[in-house]
Amino acid sequence: MRFGVPAVQHLVLLPPINFPPVKRFSIRYFAARPSATESEYVMSAAARVLTVAPDHSKYELRCRECHKSWGNQPKSICDDCFSPLEVSYDYDALRGKFTHERIAGRAPDMWRYAELLPLPPNYQPSLPVGFTPLLRAPKLAARFGAKNLFIKNDAVCLPTLSFKDRVVAVALSQARSFGFDTVACSSTGNLANSVAAQAARNGFKAWIFVPADLEAAKILGTQIYGAKLVRIAGSYDQVNRLCSQIADEYRWGFVNVNLRPYYAEGSKTVGFEIAEQLGWRLPDNVVVPMAGGSLITKIRKAFDELIQLGLVEAKAVKFFGAQATGCSPISTAVKNGNTDIEPQKPATLARSLAIGNPADGHYAIKAITKSGGWAEDVSDPEMIESIQLLAETEGIFTETAGGVTTGCARKLYHEGRISPEQTTVLCITGNGLKTTDVLAGKYETEEPIRPKIADFETYLQRTLEAAGNNIPETVEA
Amino acid sequence: MTVTVQIPSALRRLTSGTGQVKCSAGNLGELFSALDQQFPDLKSHLRDEAGEVRRFLNVYVNEEDIRFLGGNTYAFQDGDEVLLVPSIAGGAV
Repeated sequence: MRFGVPAVQHLVLLPPINFPPVKRFSIRYFAARPSATESEYVMSAAARVLTVAPDHSKYELRCRECHKSWGNQPKSICDDCFSPLEVSYDYDALRGKFTHERIAGRAPDMWRYAELLPLPPNYQPSLPVGFTPLLRAPKLAARFGAKNLFIKNDAVCLPTLSFKDRVVAVALSQARSFGFDTVACSSTGNLANSVAAQAARNGFKAWIFVPADLEAAKILGTQIYGAKLVRIAGSYDQVNRLCSQIADEYRWGFVNVNLRPYYAEGSKTVGFEIAEQLGWRLPDNVVVPMAGGSLITKIRKAFDELIQLGLVEAKAVKFFGAQATGCSPISTAVKNGNTDIEPQKPATLARSLAIGNPADGHYAIKAITKSGGWAEDVSDPEMIESIQLLAETEGIFTETAGGVTTGCARKLYHEGRISPEQTTVLCITGNGLKTTDVLAGKYETEEPIRPKIADFETYLQRTLEAAGNNIPETVEA
Repeated sequence: MTVTVQIPSALRRLTSGTGQVKCSAGNLGELFSALDQQFPDLKSHLRDEAGEVRRFLNVYVNEEDIRFLGGNTYAFQDGDEVLLVPSIAGGAV
Protein backbone atom coordinates (compact mmCIF):
# COMPACT_ATOMS: atom_id res chain seq x y z
CA MET A 1 0.00 0.00 0.00
CA ARG A 2 2.92 2.33 0.36
CA PHE A 3 3.43 2.62 -3.36
CA GLY A 4 2.15 5.92 -4.61
CA VAL A 5 0.70 6.91 -1.25
CA PRO A 6 2.06 10.16 0.09
CA ALA A 7 4.55 9.33 2.76
CA VAL A 8 3.17 11.98 5.06
CA GLN A 9 0.36 9.63 6.03
CA HIS A 10 2.86 7.51 7.84
CA LEU A 11 4.80 10.27 9.48
CA VAL A 12 4.43 11.62 12.91
CA LEU A 13 5.33 15.23 12.50
CA LEU A 14 6.07 17.41 15.44
CA PRO A 15 7.10 20.57 13.63
CA PRO A 16 5.88 19.97 10.08
CA ILE A 17 8.42 19.00 7.46
CA ASN A 18 8.34 21.19 4.40
CA PHE A 19 7.89 18.75 1.61
CA PRO A 20 8.38 20.16 -1.86
CA PRO A 21 5.31 20.76 -4.05
CA VAL A 22 3.28 17.62 -4.47
CA LYS A 23 4.06 17.20 -8.15
CA ARG A 24 6.09 14.14 -7.25
CA PHE A 25 2.89 12.26 -6.61
CA SER A 26 0.92 13.62 -9.54
CA ILE A 27 -1.13 11.28 -11.69
CA ARG A 28 0.22 13.11 -14.72
CA TYR A 29 3.67 11.87 -13.89
CA PHE A 30 2.68 8.25 -13.76
CA ALA A 31 0.68 8.57 -16.96
CA ALA A 32 3.58 10.16 -18.77
CA ARG A 33 6.08 7.62 -17.64
CA PRO A 34 6.37 4.74 -20.07
CA SER A 35 8.10 2.11 -17.98
CA ALA A 36 10.41 1.45 -15.10
CA THR A 37 13.46 1.17 -17.27
CA GLU A 38 15.24 4.22 -15.92
CA SER A 39 14.80 3.27 -12.30
CA GLU A 40 14.36 -0.30 -11.16
CA TYR A 41 11.07 0.51 -9.49
CA VAL A 42 8.25 2.91 -10.11
CA MET A 43 7.37 4.97 -7.10
CA SER A 44 7.31 8.64 -7.86
CA ALA A 45 9.19 11.30 -9.70
CA ALA A 46 11.32 11.68 -6.63
CA ALA A 47 12.67 8.20 -7.11
CA ARG A 48 14.45 9.52 -10.14
CA VAL A 49 15.98 12.34 -8.16
CA LEU A 50 17.91 9.82 -6.11
CA THR A 51 18.73 6.17 -6.81
CA VAL A 52 22.30 7.17 -7.53
CA ALA A 53 24.97 7.39 -4.89
CA PRO A 54 26.09 11.00 -5.01
CA ASP A 55 29.63 11.68 -6.18
CA HIS A 56 30.58 13.56 -3.05
CA SER A 57 29.92 10.58 -0.78
CA LYS A 58 33.29 9.06 0.00
CA TYR A 59 33.80 6.14 2.31
CA GLU A 60 36.28 3.44 3.22
CA LEU A 61 36.83 0.67 5.74
CA ARG A 62 38.79 1.44 8.87
CA CYS A 63 39.68 -0.69 11.86
CA ARG A 64 37.54 0.23 14.82
CA GLU A 65 40.43 -0.25 17.25
CA CYS A 66 43.76 0.45 15.51
CA HIS A 67 42.16 2.78 12.89
CA LYS A 68 44.15 1.33 10.01
CA SER A 69 42.53 2.04 6.65
CA TRP A 70 41.61 -0.91 4.42
CA GLY A 71 40.05 0.86 1.45
CA ASN A 72 36.96 -0.88 0.08
CA GLN A 73 36.95 -4.64 -0.18
CA PRO A 74 34.90 -7.60 1.05
CA LYS A 75 36.49 -7.77 4.45
CA SER A 76 35.23 -7.37 7.99
CA ILE A 77 38.22 -7.99 10.22
CA CYS A 78 41.44 -6.06 10.60
CA ASP A 79 44.30 -8.40 9.69
CA ASP A 80 46.52 -6.67 12.20
CA CYS A 81 44.50 -6.76 15.40
CA PHE A 82 41.45 -8.90 14.51
CA SER A 83 39.08 -6.08 15.44
CA PRO A 84 35.98 -5.30 13.37
CA LEU A 85 36.16 -2.91 10.42
CA GLU A 86 33.79 0.04 10.21
CA VAL A 87 32.77 2.24 7.27
CA SER A 88 33.96 5.79 7.75
CA TYR A 89 32.92 8.76 5.63
CA ASP A 90 34.35 12.08 4.62
CA TYR A 91 31.84 14.19 6.54
CA ASP A 92 33.47 17.46 5.53
CA ALA A 93 32.65 16.72 1.90
CA LEU A 94 28.98 16.25 2.84
CA ARG A 95 28.51 19.32 4.98
CA GLY A 96 26.12 21.74 3.34
CA LYS A 97 25.35 19.31 0.52
CA PHE A 98 23.31 16.73 2.38
CA THR A 99 20.46 18.92 3.63
CA HIS A 100 16.86 18.64 4.84
CA GLU A 101 15.64 20.05 1.54
CA ARG A 102 17.65 17.61 -0.50
CA ILE A 103 16.37 14.67 1.50
CA ALA A 104 12.76 15.90 1.46
CA GLY A 105 12.79 15.94 -2.33
CA ARG A 106 13.53 12.24 -2.54
CA ALA A 107 11.36 9.15 -2.55
CA PRO A 108 10.10 7.86 0.82
CA ASP A 109 12.54 5.00 1.21
CA MET A 110 15.90 4.46 2.88
CA TRP A 111 17.82 5.50 -0.25
CA ARG A 112 16.99 9.10 0.58
CA TYR A 113 19.97 8.95 2.96
CA ALA A 114 22.34 7.68 0.25
CA GLU A 115 25.16 10.05 1.17
CA LEU A 116 25.51 8.33 4.54
CA LEU A 117 25.38 4.82 3.10
CA PRO A 118 28.29 2.97 1.48
CA LEU A 119 26.78 2.63 -2.00
CA PRO A 120 28.85 2.07 -5.13
CA PRO A 121 28.94 5.00 -7.57
CA ASN A 122 25.87 5.18 -9.83
CA TYR A 123 24.13 2.43 -7.88
CA GLN A 124 20.50 1.92 -8.92
CA PRO A 125 18.48 0.34 -6.09
CA SER A 126 15.96 -2.23 -7.24
CA LEU A 127 13.53 -1.90 -4.35
CA PRO A 128 12.01 0.84 -2.18
CA VAL A 129 13.24 -0.44 1.18
CA GLY A 130 12.54 1.12 4.57
CA PHE A 131 10.87 4.40 5.50
CA THR A 132 8.51 2.52 7.73
CA PRO A 133 5.91 4.28 9.88
CA LEU A 134 6.79 6.01 13.11
CA LEU A 135 3.59 5.82 15.10
CA ARG A 136 2.48 7.52 18.25
CA ALA A 137 1.49 4.77 20.70
CA PRO A 138 -0.88 6.42 23.21
CA LYS A 139 -2.73 3.30 24.33
CA LEU A 140 0.43 1.32 24.93
CA ALA A 141 1.87 4.39 26.65
CA ALA A 142 -1.14 4.53 28.97
CA ARG A 143 -0.49 0.92 29.97
CA PHE A 144 3.06 1.88 30.89
CA GLY A 145 2.03 5.08 32.66
CA ALA A 146 3.90 7.00 29.95
CA LYS A 147 3.09 9.89 27.63
CA ASN A 148 5.33 10.38 24.63
CA LEU A 149 5.79 6.88 23.33
CA PHE A 150 6.42 6.03 19.67
CA ILE A 151 6.78 2.80 17.72
CA LYS A 152 9.19 2.56 14.82
CA ASN A 153 7.38 -0.16 12.96
CA ASP A 154 9.74 -2.29 10.88
CA ALA A 155 7.23 -5.13 11.10
CA VAL A 156 6.09 -3.64 7.79
CA CYS A 157 9.50 -3.03 6.25
CA LEU A 158 9.62 -4.08 2.60
CA PRO A 159 10.23 -6.49 0.98
CA THR A 160 10.26 -9.17 3.71
CA LEU A 161 8.74 -7.57 6.80
CA SER A 162 11.77 -7.06 8.98
CA PHE A 163 14.43 -4.42 9.48
CA LYS A 164 16.91 -6.84 7.91
CA ASP A 165 15.74 -5.61 4.52
CA ARG A 166 17.71 -2.44 5.17
CA VAL A 167 21.05 -4.11 5.81
CA VAL A 168 20.68 -6.62 3.00
CA ALA A 169 19.85 -3.85 0.52
CA VAL A 170 23.18 -2.17 1.27
CA ALA A 171 25.15 -5.43 1.38
CA LEU A 172 23.90 -6.52 -2.05
CA SER A 173 24.86 -3.19 -3.60
CA GLN A 174 28.44 -3.98 -2.61
CA ALA A 175 28.17 -7.68 -3.50
CA ARG A 176 27.46 -6.57 -7.06
CA SER A 177 30.32 -4.10 -7.19
CA PHE A 178 32.78 -6.66 -5.77
CA GLY A 179 31.73 -9.07 -8.52
CA PHE A 180 30.11 -11.82 -6.45
CA ASP A 181 27.54 -13.96 -8.24
CA THR A 182 26.54 -15.79 -5.05
CA VAL A 183 25.46 -14.21 -1.79
CA ALA A 184 25.11 -16.02 1.51
CA CYS A 185 24.41 -15.51 5.18
CA SER A 186 24.11 -17.17 8.53
CA SER A 187 20.73 -16.31 9.95
CA THR A 188 18.18 -16.76 12.66
CA GLY A 189 15.46 -16.29 10.05
CA ASN A 190 14.69 -12.69 9.18
CA LEU A 191 18.03 -12.22 7.48
CA ALA A 192 17.53 -15.48 5.61
CA ASN A 193 14.19 -14.25 4.23
CA SER A 194 15.62 -10.93 3.21
CA VAL A 195 18.78 -12.25 1.53
CA ALA A 196 16.73 -14.86 -0.35
CA ALA A 197 14.17 -12.32 -1.59
CA GLN A 198 16.59 -9.58 -2.53
CA ALA A 199 18.99 -12.08 -4.15
CA ALA A 200 16.11 -13.23 -6.35
CA ARG A 201 15.20 -9.65 -7.20
CA ASN A 202 18.81 -8.73 -8.02
CA GLY A 203 19.82 -11.92 -9.83
CA PHE A 204 22.21 -13.46 -7.30
CA LYS A 205 22.39 -17.10 -6.31
CA ALA A 206 21.76 -17.42 -2.57
CA TRP A 207 23.04 -19.86 0.04
CA ILE A 208 21.43 -19.52 3.44
CA PHE A 209 22.67 -21.20 6.62
CA VAL A 210 20.27 -21.52 9.54
CA PRO A 211 19.92 -23.45 12.81
CA ALA A 212 17.79 -26.53 12.09
CA ASP A 213 15.16 -25.63 14.74
CA LEU A 214 14.06 -22.44 13.01
CA GLU A 215 10.38 -21.49 12.81
CA ALA A 216 8.58 -23.11 9.85
CA ALA A 217 7.45 -19.74 8.45
CA LYS A 218 11.01 -18.49 8.29
CA ILE A 219 12.19 -21.65 6.51
CA LEU A 220 9.39 -21.51 3.96
CA GLY A 221 9.89 -17.76 3.61
CA THR A 222 13.45 -18.47 2.48
CA GLN A 223 12.89 -21.44 0.20
CA ILE A 224 10.06 -19.75 -1.70
CA TYR A 225 12.58 -17.41 -3.34
CA GLY A 226 14.61 -20.29 -4.74
CA ALA A 227 17.47 -19.88 -2.27
CA LYS A 228 19.49 -22.90 -1.17
CA LEU A 229 18.72 -23.38 2.50
CA VAL A 230 21.29 -25.31 4.53
CA ARG A 231 20.00 -26.44 7.92
CA ILE A 232 22.71 -26.89 10.52
CA ALA A 233 22.28 -29.16 13.52
CA GLY A 234 23.44 -26.59 16.03
CA SER A 235 22.86 -23.17 17.58
CA TYR A 236 23.09 -19.90 15.70
CA ASP A 237 26.52 -19.31 17.20
CA GLN A 238 27.68 -22.57 15.68
CA VAL A 239 26.13 -21.71 12.32
CA ASN A 240 27.88 -18.38 12.46
CA ARG A 241 31.23 -19.89 13.27
CA LEU A 242 30.84 -22.33 10.39
CA CYS A 243 29.99 -19.46 8.04
CA SER A 244 33.18 -17.65 9.04
CA GLN A 245 35.07 -20.75 7.97
CA ILE A 246 33.10 -21.12 4.72
CA ALA A 247 33.64 -17.44 3.88
CA ASP A 248 37.33 -18.08 4.41
CA GLU A 249 37.33 -20.80 1.73
CA TYR A 250 34.77 -19.79 -0.91
CA ARG A 251 34.41 -16.64 -2.96
CA TRP A 252 30.90 -15.83 -1.86
CA GLY A 253 29.50 -12.58 -0.61
CA PHE A 254 28.45 -13.41 2.93
CA VAL A 255 26.36 -10.39 3.85
CA ASN A 256 27.09 -10.71 7.56
CA VAL A 257 30.64 -12.00 7.34
CA ASN A 258 32.87 -10.51 4.62
CA LEU A 259 30.33 -7.82 3.64
CA ARG A 260 29.45 -7.10 7.25
CA PRO A 261 30.84 -3.56 7.58
CA TYR A 262 28.74 -2.41 4.60
CA TYR A 263 25.73 -4.46 5.61
CA ALA A 264 25.69 -3.06 9.14
CA GLU A 265 25.56 0.51 7.81
CA GLY A 266 22.04 -0.17 6.51
CA SER A 267 20.87 -0.25 10.14
CA LYS A 268 21.59 3.45 10.44
CA THR A 269 18.57 4.23 8.29
CA VAL A 270 16.35 3.30 11.26
CA GLY A 271 17.99 6.15 13.16
CA PHE A 272 17.83 8.61 10.25
CA GLU A 273 14.14 7.90 9.78
CA ILE A 274 13.33 8.28 13.48
CA ALA A 275 15.00 11.69 13.49
CA GLU A 276 13.34 12.86 10.28
CA GLN A 277 9.92 11.54 11.28
CA LEU A 278 10.15 13.37 14.60
CA GLY A 279 10.63 16.54 12.55
CA TRP A 280 14.43 16.42 12.45
CA ARG A 281 14.75 16.04 16.20
CA LEU A 282 16.28 13.28 18.24
CA PRO A 283 14.21 11.39 20.80
CA ASP A 284 15.21 11.32 24.47
CA ASN A 285 15.30 7.52 24.62
CA VAL A 286 15.31 4.57 22.26
CA VAL A 287 14.63 0.96 23.21
CA VAL A 288 16.28 -1.51 20.86
CA PRO A 289 16.30 -5.32 20.76
CA MET A 290 19.77 -6.85 20.89
CA ALA A 291 21.04 -10.08 19.40
CA GLY A 292 24.46 -9.45 17.86
CA GLY A 293 24.27 -5.95 19.33
CA SER A 294 24.77 -4.14 16.03
CA LEU A 295 21.50 -2.22 15.61
CA ILE A 296 21.80 -0.24 18.84
CA THR A 297 25.32 0.89 17.96
CA LYS A 298 24.27 1.85 14.44
CA ILE A 299 21.29 3.93 15.59
CA ARG A 300 23.74 5.75 17.80
CA LYS A 301 26.09 6.26 14.86
CA ALA A 302 23.17 7.58 12.79
CA PHE A 303 22.25 10.14 15.45
CA ASP A 304 25.89 11.18 15.82
CA GLU A 305 26.23 11.67 12.07
CA LEU A 306 23.09 13.81 11.90
CA ILE A 307 24.45 15.97 14.71
CA GLN A 308 27.82 16.22 13.03
CA LEU A 309 26.26 17.36 9.75
CA GLY A 310 24.02 19.87 11.50
CA LEU A 311 20.82 18.09 10.49
CA VAL A 312 19.60 17.85 14.09
CA GLU A 313 20.43 19.67 17.28
CA ALA A 314 22.87 17.88 19.53
CA LYS A 315 21.15 15.88 22.24
CA ALA A 316 22.22 13.20 24.69
CA VAL A 317 19.97 10.31 23.68
CA LYS A 318 19.75 7.40 26.11
CA PHE A 319 20.05 3.94 24.60
CA PHE A 320 18.21 1.03 26.17
CA GLY A 321 18.84 -2.55 25.09
CA ALA A 322 16.34 -5.41 25.25
CA GLN A 323 17.06 -9.13 25.44
CA ALA A 324 15.31 -12.35 26.32
CA THR A 325 16.34 -13.60 29.76
CA GLY A 326 17.12 -16.99 28.20
CA CYS A 327 19.78 -15.35 26.06
CA SER A 328 20.95 -12.20 27.74
CA PRO A 329 24.74 -11.87 27.52
CA ILE A 330 24.57 -8.12 26.86
CA SER A 331 21.94 -7.16 29.44
CA THR A 332 23.71 -9.32 32.02
CA ALA A 333 26.99 -7.52 31.35
CA VAL A 334 25.33 -4.10 31.61
CA LYS A 335 23.63 -5.03 34.89
CA ASN A 336 26.89 -6.38 36.31
CA GLY A 337 28.90 -3.38 35.17
CA ASN A 338 31.11 -5.43 32.84
CA THR A 339 32.57 -4.09 29.60
CA ASP A 340 32.74 -7.49 27.91
CA ILE A 341 30.23 -10.26 27.53
CA GLU A 342 30.33 -13.77 28.88
CA PRO A 343 28.93 -16.05 26.18
CA GLN A 344 25.72 -17.95 26.96
CA LYS A 345 23.92 -21.00 25.58
CA PRO A 346 20.62 -19.59 24.36
CA ALA A 347 17.41 -20.99 25.84
CA THR A 348 14.58 -18.80 24.59
CA LEU A 349 11.69 -18.87 22.15
CA ALA A 350 12.91 -15.51 20.85
CA ARG A 351 15.04 -17.22 18.24
CA SER A 352 15.81 -14.06 16.31
CA LEU A 353 17.59 -12.81 19.44
CA ALA A 354 19.22 -16.12 20.36
CA ILE A 355 22.85 -15.18 19.89
CA GLY A 356 24.87 -16.26 22.90
CA ASN A 357 28.13 -14.77 21.70
CA PRO A 358 27.24 -11.37 20.25
CA ALA A 359 30.01 -9.94 18.08
CA ASP A 360 29.05 -6.35 18.76
CA GLY A 361 28.29 -7.02 22.42
CA HIS A 362 31.24 -4.98 23.62
CA TYR A 363 30.19 -1.95 21.56
CA ALA A 364 26.54 -2.34 22.52
CA ILE A 365 27.51 -2.28 26.21
CA LYS A 366 29.56 0.86 25.59
CA ALA A 367 26.76 2.60 23.67
CA ILE A 368 24.30 1.86 26.48
CA THR A 369 26.43 2.74 29.48
CA LYS A 370 28.03 5.86 27.99
CA SER A 371 24.57 7.22 27.14
CA GLY A 372 23.25 6.72 30.66
CA GLY A 373 20.84 4.07 29.43
CA TRP A 374 20.30 0.55 30.65
CA ALA A 375 19.58 -2.97 29.46
CA GLU A 376 16.73 -5.24 30.51
CA ASP A 377 15.56 -8.73 29.73
CA VAL A 378 12.23 -10.54 29.93
CA SER A 379 11.15 -14.16 30.26
CA ASP A 380 9.44 -15.98 27.40
CA PRO A 381 5.96 -15.72 29.02
CA GLU A 382 6.47 -11.96 29.49
CA MET A 383 7.57 -11.73 25.85
CA ILE A 384 4.44 -13.50 24.62
CA GLU A 385 2.18 -11.33 26.78
CA SER A 386 3.91 -8.30 25.35
CA ILE A 387 3.33 -9.43 21.76
CA GLN A 388 -0.36 -9.62 22.67
CA LEU A 389 -0.28 -6.26 24.46
CA LEU A 390 1.24 -4.44 21.48
CA ALA A 391 -1.27 -6.01 19.11
CA GLU A 392 -4.25 -5.21 21.36
CA THR A 393 -3.24 -1.64 22.14
CA GLU A 394 -1.73 -0.40 18.88
CA GLY A 395 -2.72 -2.92 16.23
CA ILE A 396 0.83 -4.00 15.56
CA PHE A 397 1.56 -7.72 15.36
CA THR A 398 5.25 -8.19 16.03
CA GLU A 399 7.43 -11.25 16.23
CA THR A 400 9.21 -12.49 19.33
CA ALA A 401 11.94 -9.84 19.24
CA GLY A 402 9.25 -7.13 19.30
CA GLY A 403 7.67 -8.82 22.30
CA VAL A 404 11.02 -8.68 24.04
CA THR A 405 11.41 -4.99 23.21
CA THR A 406 7.89 -4.14 24.39
CA GLY A 407 8.25 -6.22 27.56
CA CYS A 408 11.60 -4.64 28.40
CA ALA A 409 10.17 -1.16 27.80
CA ARG A 410 7.44 -1.91 30.32
CA LYS A 411 10.07 -2.92 32.87
CA LEU A 412 12.20 0.13 32.15
CA TYR A 413 9.25 2.46 32.77
CA HIS A 414 8.27 0.63 35.94
CA GLU A 415 11.82 0.75 37.24
CA GLY A 416 11.84 4.49 36.62
CA ARG A 417 14.73 4.23 34.20
CA ILE A 418 12.73 5.90 31.44
CA SER A 419 10.97 9.10 32.38
CA PRO A 420 7.28 8.95 31.34
CA GLU A 421 7.24 12.52 29.98
CA GLN A 422 10.19 12.07 27.65
CA THR A 423 10.03 11.14 23.99
CA THR A 424 10.78 7.43 23.72
CA VAL A 425 10.92 5.27 20.61
CA LEU A 426 10.55 1.48 20.66
CA CYS A 427 12.19 -0.22 17.70
CA ILE A 428 9.96 -3.02 16.50
CA THR A 429 12.07 -4.98 14.05
CA GLY A 430 10.01 -7.92 12.81
CA ASN A 431 6.56 -9.23 11.93
CA GLY A 432 4.45 -11.55 14.06
CA LEU A 433 3.25 -13.62 11.12
CA LYS A 434 6.68 -15.23 11.03
CA THR A 435 6.60 -16.54 14.60
CA THR A 436 3.00 -17.60 15.14
CA ASP A 437 4.18 -20.88 16.68
CA VAL A 438 4.93 -19.15 20.01
CA LEU A 439 1.25 -18.24 20.28
CA ALA A 440 0.06 -21.83 19.88
CA GLY A 441 -2.69 -22.53 22.40
CA LYS A 442 -3.23 -18.85 23.25
CA TYR A 443 -6.47 -18.60 21.30
CA GLU A 444 -9.12 -21.27 21.12
CA THR A 445 -10.80 -22.24 17.90
CA GLU A 446 -14.52 -22.28 18.66
CA GLU A 447 -17.07 -24.61 17.14
CA PRO A 448 -18.63 -22.99 14.06
CA ILE A 449 -22.25 -21.85 14.26
CA ARG A 450 -24.84 -22.35 11.54
CA PRO A 451 -25.41 -19.39 9.14
CA LYS A 452 -28.69 -18.44 10.90
CA ILE A 453 -29.44 -15.20 12.72
CA ALA A 454 -31.06 -17.10 15.58
CA ASP A 455 -27.91 -19.09 16.09
CA PHE A 456 -25.87 -15.93 16.09
CA GLU A 457 -28.14 -14.30 18.68
CA THR A 458 -27.77 -17.29 20.99
CA TYR A 459 -24.03 -17.19 20.46
CA LEU A 460 -23.86 -13.44 21.11
CA GLN A 461 -25.84 -13.69 24.32
CA ARG A 462 -23.75 -16.56 25.61
CA THR A 463 -20.50 -14.82 24.73
CA LEU A 464 -21.41 -11.47 26.23
CA GLU A 465 -22.83 -12.98 29.40
CA ALA A 466 -19.65 -14.95 29.85
CA ALA A 467 -17.71 -11.71 29.51
CA GLY A 468 -20.13 -9.83 31.80
CA ASN A 469 -21.10 -7.37 29.04
CA ASN A 470 -24.51 -6.14 27.94
CA ILE A 471 -26.16 -7.06 24.67
CA PRO A 472 -25.48 -4.23 22.15
CA GLU A 473 -28.34 -2.03 20.98
CA THR A 474 -30.23 -3.25 17.95
CA VAL A 475 -30.93 -1.16 14.86
CA GLU A 476 -34.28 0.64 15.03
CA ALA A 477 -36.72 -0.21 12.26
CA MET B 1 49.45 -36.01 22.87
CA THR B 2 48.69 -33.99 19.76
CA VAL B 3 46.47 -30.96 19.32
CA THR B 4 45.73 -29.62 15.84
CA VAL B 5 45.34 -25.87 15.34
CA GLN B 6 43.59 -24.50 12.24
CA ILE B 7 44.96 -21.14 11.13
CA PRO B 8 42.44 -18.83 9.41
CA SER B 9 43.48 -17.63 5.96
CA ALA B 10 43.83 -14.04 7.15
CA LEU B 11 46.77 -15.14 9.32
CA ARG B 12 48.43 -17.53 6.91
CA ARG B 13 50.65 -14.77 5.56
CA LEU B 14 52.29 -14.91 8.98
CA THR B 15 52.70 -18.69 8.95
CA SER B 16 54.29 -18.94 5.49
CA GLY B 17 50.97 -20.24 4.20
CA THR B 18 50.64 -23.00 6.76
CA GLY B 19 46.96 -23.64 7.50
CA GLN B 20 47.32 -26.37 10.07
CA VAL B 21 49.73 -26.70 12.97
CA LYS B 22 50.19 -29.66 15.28
CA CYS B 23 51.52 -29.23 18.78
CA SER B 24 51.49 -30.92 22.16
CA ALA B 25 50.14 -28.03 24.26
CA GLY B 26 48.36 -28.93 27.49
CA ASN B 27 46.33 -25.74 27.71
CA LEU B 28 45.62 -22.49 25.88
CA GLY B 29 48.67 -20.69 27.29
CA GLU B 30 50.97 -23.46 26.14
CA LEU B 31 49.28 -23.54 22.76
CA PHE B 32 49.95 -19.83 22.20
CA SER B 33 53.56 -20.27 23.38
CA ALA B 34 54.01 -23.09 20.87
CA LEU B 35 52.61 -20.89 18.09
CA ASP B 36 54.83 -17.97 19.16
CA GLN B 37 57.87 -20.16 18.97
CA GLN B 38 57.06 -21.48 15.53
CA PHE B 39 55.68 -18.22 14.07
CA PRO B 40 57.05 -15.19 15.95
CA ASP B 41 55.04 -12.76 13.78
CA LEU B 42 51.73 -14.22 14.90
CA LYS B 43 51.97 -13.24 18.54
CA SER B 44 50.83 -9.62 18.34
CA HIS B 45 47.86 -10.65 16.23
CA LEU B 46 46.54 -13.16 18.69
CA ARG B 47 47.21 -11.39 21.95
CA ASP B 48 47.04 -7.79 23.09
CA GLU B 49 49.74 -5.75 24.83
CA ALA B 50 48.78 -7.26 28.19
CA GLY B 51 49.19 -10.78 26.83
CA GLU B 52 45.45 -11.52 26.88
CA VAL B 53 43.70 -13.22 23.96
CA ARG B 54 42.45 -10.45 21.70
CA ARG B 55 38.87 -9.42 22.38
CA PHE B 56 37.62 -10.29 18.90
CA LEU B 57 39.37 -13.62 18.55
CA ASN B 58 37.33 -16.66 19.47
CA VAL B 59 38.94 -19.99 20.25
CA TYR B 60 36.97 -23.19 19.63
CA VAL B 61 37.87 -26.71 20.68
CA ASN B 62 36.09 -29.36 18.64
CA GLU B 63 33.44 -26.82 17.64
CA GLU B 64 32.83 -25.63 21.21
CA ASP B 65 33.75 -22.13 22.39
CA ILE B 66 36.65 -22.66 24.81
CA ARG B 67 35.00 -20.28 27.28
CA PHE B 68 32.32 -22.93 27.87
CA LEU B 69 35.06 -25.47 28.62
CA GLY B 70 36.86 -23.44 31.23
CA GLY B 71 38.86 -21.08 29.01
CA ASN B 72 42.48 -20.84 30.08
CA THR B 73 42.05 -23.70 32.53
CA TYR B 74 40.79 -26.21 29.96
CA ALA B 75 43.18 -29.20 29.67
CA PHE B 76 43.53 -30.27 26.03
CA GLN B 77 42.81 -33.89 25.19
CA ASP B 78 44.69 -35.93 22.64
CA GLY B 79 43.23 -35.27 19.19
CA ASP B 80 41.57 -31.95 20.08
CA GLU B 81 41.04 -29.70 17.09
CA VAL B 82 41.43 -26.00 17.83
CA LEU B 83 39.90 -23.28 15.63
CA LEU B 84 40.89 -19.63 15.76
CA VAL B 85 37.95 -17.64 14.40
CA PRO B 86 37.44 -13.89 14.31
CA SER B 87 34.34 -12.78 16.15
CA ILE B 88 31.96 -11.77 13.41
CA ALA B 89 28.35 -12.37 14.01
CA GLY B 90 24.92 -11.01 13.45
CA GLY B 91 21.94 -12.75 12.03
CA ALA B 92 19.59 -10.64 13.99
CA VAL B 93 19.75 -7.21 15.51
